[in-house]
Amino acid sequence: MLKTLIFGFLLGIVGTVAAAYYVPVVDQYRESSVISVSPNGGNTESFRINIPTDRIMVGAPRQAEPLPAGLQWPAEEQFDGVRVELFKVRNTRDTVIGVASRLVADSDRIEDSVEWIMHLPARGTFYVTMPAQPVDGGQRLGTLRAGTREFRPMQGAVSERWVPNTFDDDPDAPDGHIELVTSFVGTFSDDVTETALTEGAL
Amino acid sequence: MIKYAAGLLSGILLGVIAAAALLYFNPLASRNPLSPLSVSNNEILSVGYSAVPTDSIVYTNNGESRIKPFPDTVRELWEAPIRHSDVLVTVVTDSRNNPAGIGIKFSSDSERTRLINGEALVDSAWHIHLVERGSLFVEQTENYWNFLRNIVVPAYWSTANHWKGVWNGNMTVGPGALGTAAVSGGTGEFAGLESEAVEAVSASAYSVSQGPVAMDGRLTIDVTGNVELTATDVLER
Repeated sequence: MLKTLIFGFLLGIVGTVAAAYYVPVVDQYRESSVISVSPNGGNTESFRINIPTDRIMVGAPRQAEPLPAGLQWPAEEQFDGVRVELFKVRNTRDTVIGVASRLVADSDRIEDSVEWIMHLPARGTFYVTMPAQPVDGGQRLGTLRAGTREFRPMQGAVSERWVPNTFDDDPDAPDGHIELVTSFVGTFSDDVTETALTEGAL
Repeated sequence: MIKYAAGLLSGILLGVIAAAALLYFNPLASRNPLSPLSVSNNEILSVGYSAVPTDSIVYTNNGESRIKPFPDTVRELWEAPIRHSDVLVTVVTDSRNNPAGIGIKFSSDSERTRLINGEALVDSAWHIHLVERGSLFVEQTENYWNFLRNIVVPAYWSTANHWKGVWNGNMTVGPGALGTAAVSGGTGEFAGLESEAVEAVSASAYSVSQGPVAMDGRLTIDVTGNVELTATDVLER
């Protein structure tokens, strides 16, 4: 009887430790990425944000109808030139895969800019800055400033444009969508490869 | 036969309890080392914020957590790929607690979490815009193990479902080799900056039903050689 109790005790300890080691506590849901390879190297991926359905927040001074209702934008005058939006981000299959922020800064002291952070929980986060003034066709072209995990070894460009919905007569259809197209190419170094291997990105 | 089965089950139960206690009280997992930036002679930028969701501009998560989204009309992150994530948009302050800009923090539970190592990891990214100065991107891995063990679990054990006390801890454990976050400058005076940061939390009250009741966070950012410090920053040093 005592031997059985001791055996069970040891089994309980070993089982718990093994479970704590091998059973993942967090398992992020992954959608397969929809990436195409560019003819001149690197890869291209499109993201879309349906407006207004994917908009979580619009933070700007003196809004008649803030989103979400009840939002209190800071009253200090210094925040008048800042506008922050939060969105859910979809892939080209129209599935939500992440969240993003868009920050527009209008300042007398520094260059006006549009900044995006794209956070894709199963893949990583990247940070893009764009000039405030769009180029032809209302498109903005930005530069990848930094990335984490899958996006850490990348460099490249991102474009942003507004695409109005001109095809769908459904009254519940979105007004249009923001299209973000990334064009990234990996930079190779031993350090980057080791980091990516450690984090399971390769 | 029944006697032996009961003995085996009792033993397994005792073993599970003993192993869980060992993991929980593991002294090797309770390290809260000094931040390398706190003993640095480098130029430091300090940015603070309230970690209480109701003090923020917007806080959202999957809506099923004990910490409720704020304002309560905000859209929740319920879709499967983002349901382990939360987003905080808040006013950030300088070292004298004056409003200095806007901070947006994206956090997701990390798949590298290993409770056996005392790691409850969260991958997070800050986008900090300091008005009239520029923007920064801060990438970090945070370890909430000590926070859970010293604040959240005691709050559950308390008959009042509440924790009160003083707790200060560094949350950042990576990706830097010394447990620091990676900072990339984006615009303004921070353009081109590549440096390190550490996020610390100071908590004094936590409620099981509401989450943090009195809790402040502070990012300490090394800006050596890249940034002209303001008078406030210099005074802080």
